[in-house]
Amino acid sequence: MIVAERKPFDEIKELIKGYKKVLTVGCGTCVAVCLTGGEKEVGVLNAELKLSQQASAEQTIFGEATVQRQCDMEFLAEIDDMVKDYDALLSMACGAGIQFLAERFPEIPVFPAVNTTFIGVNKDVGWYEERCKACGNCVLGMTAGICPVTMCAKSLFNGPCGGTNQESCEINKDQPCAWFMIYERLALQGRLDNIIEFCPPNDWRNQKPQTLIQPGYEERKTSA
Amino acid sequence: MKSGSTLEKILEAGHFAFTGELGPPRGANIEALKKKAQPLKGMVDSVNITDNQTAVVRMSSWAASLFAMTEGLEPNYQMVCRDRNRLAMQADILGAYAHGIRNMLCLSGDHQQFGDHPQSKGVFDIDSMQLIQMVKNMRDEGQFLNGQEIDEPPKLFIGAAANPFAEPFEWRIYRLAKKIQAGADFIQTQCIYNMEKMREWVKRANDMGLTEKVYILAGVTPMKSLGMARYMKAKVPGMDVPDYVIDRLKGVDKKKQADEGIQMACEQIAEFKEMKGVAGVHLMAIEWEHRVPEIAERAGMLPRPEV
Repeated sequence: MIVAERKPFDEIKELIKGYKKVLTVGCGTCVAVCLTGGEKEVGVLNAELKLSQQASAEQTIFGEATVQRQCDMEFLAEIDDMVKDYDALLSMACGAGIQFLAERFPEIPVFPAVNTTFIGVNKDVGWYEERCKACGNCVLGMTAGICPVTMCAKSLFNGPCGGTNQESCEINKDQPCAWFMIYERLALQGRLDNIIEFCPPNDWRNQKPQTLIQPGYEERKTSA
Repeated sequence: MKSGSTLEKILEAGHFAFTGELGPPRGANIEALKKKAQPLKGMVDSVNITDNQTAVVRMSSWAASLFAMTEGLEPNYQMVCRDRNRLAMQADILGAYAHGIRNMLCLSGDHQQFGDHPQSKGVFDIDSMQLIQMVKNMRDEGQFLNGQEIDEPPKLFIGAAANPFAEPFEWRIYRLAKKIQAGADFIQTQCIYNMEKMREWVKRANDMGLTEKVYILAGVTPMKSLGMARYMKAKVPGMDVPDYVIDRLKGVDKKKQADEGIQMACEQIAEFKEMKGVAGVHLMAIEWEHRVPEIAERAGMLPRPEV
């Protein structure tokens, strides 16, 4: 899933300063699962925003709406009527959702209430860890299912570097060395041959905006 | 000859090589650079010019290498993967070579988190292994990384680093083999304090025939004080400082610790001279360049051979 974290409260307040009617828009998918931007978190943020204005002259009207996915126009269409009554939108979706919301309602300013942080996994309730950088060229088959681009702080393809502290990364003792783990797991599987061979430079496919059209759906783009 | 550098000639002739290190200034202070370069002259065969070492901004390593040359030193131009993508790397390599630089050390680089700009974006477009092969292909095939032809290829003597101690220890020797296969001509190791592990690592390199394919220069950094030894043990990534090093420094008067540190370094150098598979010593006298003549003298490394 895509993991995000809420921006500092004061930053959010500053972003929407001066707007009279603000609609806070949640997203019911990734950011809801990671307890950052779902329906519940929209309610909490709005409550905090209202509370912070109690003693001030500024009296903003805060509305709330949560769609299933902000990265899908079909779901965004559900709030078309509602949005007309507001002069700013505060999105709690990931960066993709925020942009699609802004694209849907180009006349209305859209502000982010969260920072999109990574593609990660659910280690436990409220505990998420990054696992993928979406580099576009997956080498997990070579590296025993441990991503060197994401899990190695230097994104080495021919690790480990000389900075390993026992089994940890040089940046932090709590961060395991990806290449130590890769070595251990490949040794366990009897597949160390995988990393004896030189791994050539990566083809970084995430360096420009990307589009994916599945086979059979080409006409959708041409007719759009 | 691959590059014709002094370092290459020394090693090819079978002499025990001795290299030093020089950190460029944190500014455009050429006088400071010259002052640090001065004591190294005639003491070492080549001087590593570090590249934003510990991820702290300094004068660029190629520029400082050129100043080192005007001071009569032969630079070993260091390049890390942290700050440049493959275009910038190849461009700098061409420029460095065109200006007369003949040795180059290919490194991953310390993570930017440790440095003075921890918010920066680390590049790491290619890794140190890939950098080695890129430089080798530029030299031997006359090709850029994309396979296109180079008009006047850079002929560099290619160095790489090795850490004989870091985990997984078992894998380290294979990584050394990989660096040799990628194109390393010489290796400079991490600072060595754990001599048992070093002996074991060199023995494995000998057993695998690696020392016939590459020149290994053992890294030596004299301890200036007990405080430095404790810091190295606790804080420096990838460093293995056994307790007996700490204990030995503890055993002498504070004023004598620097002298004891140099004595220990000299003992190490004496052992490396006799160690099969070790072709030289890389002396990293960090911010202690002015003590290099004394260390070189006491270690019996003078005079340096003429090649």
